[in-house]
Amino acid sequence: MSVLSTIDEPAVITSAVSTPRPAFTLLRTILYRFASALFVLWGTVTITFLVLTTLPGDRATILLNITSGQAIERTPEELAPINALYGFDRPVLEQYVHYVLGLLRGDLGLSYELQRPVLSIIAEQIAPTFTLAVSALVLAWAFTVPWTLLTAGRGRRIGSVGSATETIMAGLPQYWVGILLLIVFAVQFRWFPVIGGTGFAGTVLPTITLAIPLAGFLGQSIRSEFDRTMHEPFVLSARARGMSRAGVRARHVLRHALIPGITLSGWAIGHLLSGTVLVETVFARPGLGSVLVNAVSNKDFALVSGILILNSFLYVVINLIVDMIYLTVDPRLRSAT
Amino acid sequence: MTVTVTNPANSIDHRKSRWRHWVLHVPVAVWLSVFIALFFIIAAAAPAALATHSPFDTDLLSALTPPTSDHWLGTDDIGRDLYSRIVWGTRESLLIGLGAMAVALSGALVLGFSAALGPKWIAEPINRILEILLAFPTLLLALLFVALLGPSASSLLISVGIGTAPGYARLIRAQALKVKGSGYVEAAWALGHTRTSVFLQHIAPNAFRPLVALVALGIGQSVVWASGLSFLGLGVAPPSPEWGALLESGKANITVAWWLEIFPGIAIVLVALSFTQIGQYIQDRLEGQTQ
Repeated sequence: MSVLSTIDEPAVITSAVSTPRPAFTLLRTILYRFASALFVLWGTVTITFLVLTTLPGDRATILLNITSGQAIERTPEELAPINALYGFDRPVLEQYVHYVLGLLRGDLGLSYELQRPVLSIIAEQIAPTFTLAVSALVLAWAFTVPWTLLTAGRGRRIGSVGSATETIMAGLPQYWVGILLLIVFAVQFRWFPVIGGTGFAGTVLPTITLAIPLAGFLGQSIRSEFDRTMHEPFVLSARARGMSRAGVRARHVLRHALIPGITLSGWAIGHLLSGTVLVETVFARPGLGSVLVNAVSNKDFALVSGILILNSFLYVVINLIVDMIYLTVDPRLRSAT
Repeated sequence: MTVTVTNPANSIDHRKSRWRHWVLHVPVAVWLSVFIALFFIIAAAAPAALATHSPFDTDLLSALTPPTSDHWLGTDDIGRDLYSRIVWGTRESLLIGLGAMAVALSGALVLGFSAALGPKWIAEPINRILEILLAFPTLLLALLFVALLGPSASSLLISVGIGTAPGYARLIRAQALKVKGSGYVEAAWALGHTRTSVFLQHIAPNAFRPLVALVALGIGQSVVWASGLSFLGLGVAPPSPEWGALLESGKANITVAWWLEIFPGIAIVLVALSFTQIGQYIQDRLEGQTQ
């Protein structure tokens, strides 16, 4: 299952029937993208809410059991204050409206386990996760660009070595890569601490772990575009003008080939959080991922849904930005039919 | 039919040479994958035939032994034989992968086909729902359901199935759309075939065929996801020799017993790579046929 197949190509809008003025079309395109981003965000919030409210288990009982560390049936007298505080006894529709209005004010609710606002828990924990995700993305790009330049469009044998490397990198389970790196570089060579913390030494191995599959996916998409672009007429014409082979590859072909890589990066940032869930557990590193694992095993639904909604918010916003970059870079998309 | 009756020898000969041709043209990597997959399938069906020890017998005197001729892959902290535990864990790991794929596929088939082939009032909303579901990363969607259902083998199967379904639905939808718009379907419409016959004779077989490859790819991926969740402590719990659970229980001894983490991981990687390779090969063959 290649991740590539789940990525949106920059959507082509089929709106211009009578080709109105370009500026108007651009505005319509932007508004359309904005509306569909909002729609996806609303959808993820609604699905998360519905899943959490309609599935079995009395939430007040769960909450009381989490905080007291027990697993027993509760009397109505015990549940009443919880229901009053969290509004679990209200009609579902009323809870939903309350929840969405809260989200609009930036209120993600109270954590069941810690009895504190979800937003402040996330704010405390997001920094190490963010550092990890961004440095993994940077590292993946730093590996992929020279690797593609070196191995793509140079005949079948080199190309197949290159793409086999990418397939393996993309296919390795992240948690196992992390364990391997931990055993080799932390346990055997003692170059890095086994339990890293969030300093530089503790960030190196998690970053590499997260970057390896990402570099594999990036490489796959950039390579196929690179190979395709090598056959474009402008490559031949640049060569005819006397440009060197390496120059054409680096200046013309690579620039075209990077476009799908940019799309993929937008998608990847939205998905890096799910990678950090595993990586933070392997390296016993604090962050949003380990908070999420804890919340899931404690059934702290408020915290789980808060993190999920934050993730889809990031996903939607970043993809919107990527879309806007495309509209700026590639005029063909502005009024494409 | 007549040929086989009048001249059977000739036909067998022909069939034999085709068989040989086929064998020789399958790449080595695919053969290797088939053997690896067979090993694990046998391990799942009859673990006692492959295991050298009992997976649960403890032997504190030989605890944490590195790989030896007696314990091929070493032993864990209470002296259980790791090789035998991996073999005995195969059934649960593969069954969870298979079950998750079945859950994912049934959801994806309904969503994918109705989004591609349904009337507009069905297709449009389903397309929107798919768009929303695809905004959830696989692991996070699976975690949401693990949180609700609690950690167990069956909730693992359902959660991984739900988590991976949107991606497959998207692939199935794309495939069905491609078939729906193809020349032969258009021709069938033009020839005046009924809706049912076009669907049953033309659209369904061509849209379903790539699913064989998808299933092979998907089982490998599901095994990886499910073991990942067990590794997080949110799936099958440690006394079980499920591969993710093996990884989780070995974590405490990572500084002294590397084999406890390396070998279960190799089993997961081998299953994922071999099933993916086989699926990819089937897909390439099928694509070659349709062209």
